[in-house]
Amino acid sequence: MKVLIPGALRSYTRASQVEAAGATLDALFADLDRRYPGLRFRVVDEQNLLRPNMRVFVNGVGVRDLGRSLGPDDFVAVVLALSGG
Amino acid sequence: MSRTPAPAPTARSKTAPAQRLAVFVATRKGAWIYHGDARRKAWRCDGPHFLGHIISHVRLDPRDGRTLLAAAKTGHLGPTVFRSTDFGRSWKEAKQPPAFANPAGGPPARSVDHTFWLTPGHASERDTWYAGTSPQGLFRSEDGGVSWTPLPAVNDDPQFREWMGTVQDGTPDGPKLHSVTVDPRDPAHLLFAMSGGGVHESFDAGRSWRTMIQGLEVVEGFDPTTVTFHDPHCVRPCPSRPDRLYQQNHCGIYRLDGWGGATASTWQRIGRKMPKRVGDVGFPMVLHPRDADTAWVFPMDAATVWPRTSPEGRPAAYVTRNAGRTWQRLDQGLPEDQAWWTVKRQAMTVDAQRTPALYLGTTSGELWIGRDEGAKWSNIARHLPEIYAVEVAELG
Repeated sequence: MKVLIPGALRSYTRASQVEAAGATLDALFADLDRRYPGLRFRVVDEQNLLRPNMRVFVNGVGVRDLGRSLGPDDFVAVVLALSGG
Repeated sequence: MSRTPAPAPTARSKTAPAQRLAVFVATRKGAWIYHGDARRKAWRCDGPHFLGHIISHVRLDPRDGRTLLAAAKTGHLGPTVFRSTDFGRSWKEAKQPPAFANPAGGPPARSVDHTFWLTPGHASERDTWYAGTSPQGLFRSEDGGVSWTPLPAVNDDPQFREWMGTVQDGTPDGPKLHSVTVDPRDPAHLLFAMSGGGVHESFDAGRSWRTMIQGLEVVEGFDPTTVTFHDPHCVRPCPSRPDRLYQQNHCGIYRLDGWGGATASTWQRIGRKMPKRVGDVGFPMVLHPRDADTAWVFPMDAATVWPRTSPEGRPAAYVTRNAGRTWQRLDQGLPEDQAWWTVKRQAMTVDAQRTPALYLGTTSGELWIGRDEGAKWSNIARHLPEIYAVEVAELG
């Protein structure tokens, strides 16, 4: 599936949009970390929680549950929260 | 306003001075390296590194003289550690940055917000490093900072967790584990401090710990035997006398002799002789590289609502040359008034040149050098972001 990558993470991916796979958001981030080592921990903490100022949208709908199931045609956007200015 | 006469520096070394120095400046918006010549007159700025990253600490490995570690995060992205083996020309991220474990049946799980403090390991343990985090955690790397493992006897111990308190018990930008110290006499003898949560030492490389709060005071009305009430701001080991520690605390300046003895030593409050209008509260604690009786502090206003700024808007370092019996003001060259500086606990240091110079960074982004052991201050850089940490290294 296609994954939109925010500017702050492009030092890992070198691209604004990448391909990755996973049956859940958790699996998707694991795959992203295999492809781009270190990326996951900048977004998901060691307790498997999305970091407070990161947002994830699946097909335009905000999601915080990393157990959310995904299909191959879903579009996932990882974005920085507009946290104050 | 007349300036305070600067006392003459005392200690001298017969060692050859370094030909080059580097000052590592960690800020809220990136890191800078200032390269200086032997006279410390000309400075070349290298930076920014990691522009936009919150850099809590940058340290050079004294064992190889070229490996740098930088503790980083951003406003959005999680914490990590970057490593350079070519003096900052290129950086590589740690494969396994400091991260808490989540042992079954343990206290509530936590997540590292940022790595706050970096300490190179013992000279005999090449590639060993220690890291202190916020919230309070202690981590060790044995591969030069590539991967980090938590020390469960601190991070997951119910007693330590009680002493650490919650995020509301800590400093404004998160409770800190800091002042990680390795005894040069024994690589297994470690020390760390927590704001809040006291001072602790281990004789077995971190598997078990002993509390070191005897003699320390706490805020009036609270019980000094309760570890969680203790707020050490900065603890430093004496380079020339390994059994001596100095400490800048929330409640005064202290010295401890006999560190590493069979029984816990008692801290002596040595800040009582500071001028009453200045007080003995601040954040940094800086020790002379060769004179065990000489130490510097940079007092702050701790009155009423704790402005944490230079008392009366007149910044000054204070030096003791007799292990805390008396103190002298060092303000030659510093702004004479209306300078409301804050200098954080990692933002003041000293080099080891024949006549050492002090270095400090302010939260208003100014980097200063105090030549002749702090007798004459001059500015190196202005307009930097908020400075969190300043370290200096001699490069031979």
